[in-house]
Amino acid sequence: MSLGRIACLGGLYSNYLALEAALADIERREVDAVYCLGDLGAFGPFPDRIFPLIKQAGIECLQGNYDDSIGHELNDCQCGYTDPRDNHFAQISYDYTLANTSTRNRAFLRGLPKQIRLRLGDQSLLLCHGSPRRVNEFLWESTTSTHFLTAICEAHDCEMIAATHSGIHWRRELPGGRNFVNVGVLGRPENDGETRVWYTLLDGRKAKPEIEFIPVCYDYQRLAREMKDEGLPEEFCDTIVSGWWTTCLEILPSKERRAGVW
Amino acid sequence: MTTTPDHSLAHHDHDEIPCVGIDRLEQLWFQVAGTRCNLACNHCFISCHPRNRSFGFLSLNEVARRLEESVPLGVREYYFTGGEPFLNPEMTNILVETLKYGPATVLTNGTVLRETWLEQLRRAEQESIFSLEFRVSIDGFTAEWNDPIRGKGTFERALAGVQRLVQFGFMPIITAVRTWEFADDASVLEAFMNVLRERGYARPRIKLLPTLQMGAEVQRTSGYSDNDLVTREMMEGFDESLLVCNSARIVTDRGVHVCPILIESDDSLLGQTLESALRPFPLGHGACTTCYRYGAICSNSVRLRPADSNGTDKVEKAE
Repeated sequence: MSLGRIACLGGLYSNYLALEAALADIERREVDAVYCLGDLGAFGPFPDRIFPLIKQAGIECLQGNYDDSIGHELNDCQCGYTDPRDNHFAQISYDYTLANTSTRNRAFLRGLPKQIRLRLGDQSLLLCHGSPRRVNEFLWESTTSTHFLTAICEAHDCEMIAATHSGIHWRRELPGGRNFVNVGVLGRPENDGETRVWYTLLDGRKAKPEIEFIPVCYDYQRLAREMKDEGLPEEFCDTIVSGWWTTCLEILPSKERRAGVW
Repeated sequence: MTTTPDHSLAHHDHDEIPCVGIDRLEQLWFQVAGTRCNLACNHCFISCHPRNRSFGFLSLNEVARRLEESVPLGVREYYFTGGEPFLNPEMTNILVETLKYGPATVLTNGTVLRETWLEQLRRAEQESIFSLEFRVSIDGFTAEWNDPIRGKGTFERALAGVQRLVQFGFMPIITAVRTWEFADDASVLEAFMNVLRERGYARPRIKLLPTLQMGAEVQRTSGYSDNDLVTREMMEGFDESLLVCNSARIVTDRGVHVCPILIESDDSLLGQTLESALRPFPLGHGACTTCYRYGAICSNSVRLRPADSNGTDKVEKAE
């Protein structure tokens, strides 16, 4: 079966308020299906609040590295950071999320697929978390050559790849009508000084597929308040209210790092 | 030229040496300044020196030819090393050309950077969708620490280079070879960060590197022993993608070699074309154990995972 128009949500990071706002927005846009590309938990408060929203909206989910870790109760999130400070904060987030995800929801995460392949219009679309070859691979816009993306499309026999994981939306048109898109994340802002978060619409109804990045405004002050009340680090709350990343910075290439203030 | 003694292959059964294949060529390195360097650091793993011309410069034409060759192979990013890359008179134009193809990283000692070059490179990076990363080698956060290793006056000269890069909007990654105990990493890093901030680098990035017991380092401390070998048993369950040779090759004026560390070893030259050099390589060198222990020595990941004291830890695949 071929789909016409779909919504792709990147990492939710337990941001149930942004998910509610995004779903309300999607409701008005007439999409054939909604997909989440993984990392349902992390960073935010009350991880279990995500699951009823997903089930009620019929969202098909992939298993991100976080979901694999929580589902299998591993020791860390497998995000792939290399810096001690980044890992310190990642561990606080992970320990909180694991402790607050129910047994039933862990089982749900455990059973999610790693990838989904579907037809969008007349194109073959591969949905994945980090990259088609590695769940926790960071594909940044400034450090990923176009011919590399083309080769990955060819290796995985698809015309379009949609991924998330790195937390900043971007797209690249590839030779031969192919496309790569990072759909962004709903979980936290994009290190641009704005509190909004993003999801992506993919439209295959025309000869050339259309990719539209959609900003989502939500009650970020409430989220920050709840994070604080839950004892999550002040640095995380600062990110939510300022739009600037305060942690997990060392993994950023210089172009993406320079765009932020920390 | 000081060649690296090859302990392993001479003394061990070849069947015992694990081979690592390459799934895809992702990082393409260029030994762009050959073995020529304006400094003569006493820990240099390939014995680079002002008078060492055993490997020559790569021309802009040669690099451009290799960039074209890399496109159908799907190379993701490009790295430039030496010697000191900026001794190559075509270095700036080489980086400008590379940024048309993909992200570029240049490993420099920071002592010879000119403002006209940096202005040209800043413009090229702004016009490109790709990052240009500078990695500047400084091996201690004081002159007393750094200069005995890298040469008199090099601490101040390198810091001046860092300041210049920052003035031109770059965020250099400072690389420091760990000549202290693992346990002191945190305090050394903090001191290093403070020095860099005092010099105007507000958001310093630092990558710590292990020493490689080869080249000039053999005289400074010691070489690898016959027992420093990666075994088949060590490779069981190990994530090969952590090894440089699983995803990288390096071009010199002699051809295409397996990795940036081993270019002076005879068996490292794998072919004349990129494609012909994409064959498995036996991990028969002491330096392979360092790569095994620390992973990502050569890539830009800022800071490396710490290995345990006996180096037998394994990193499992995330997937």
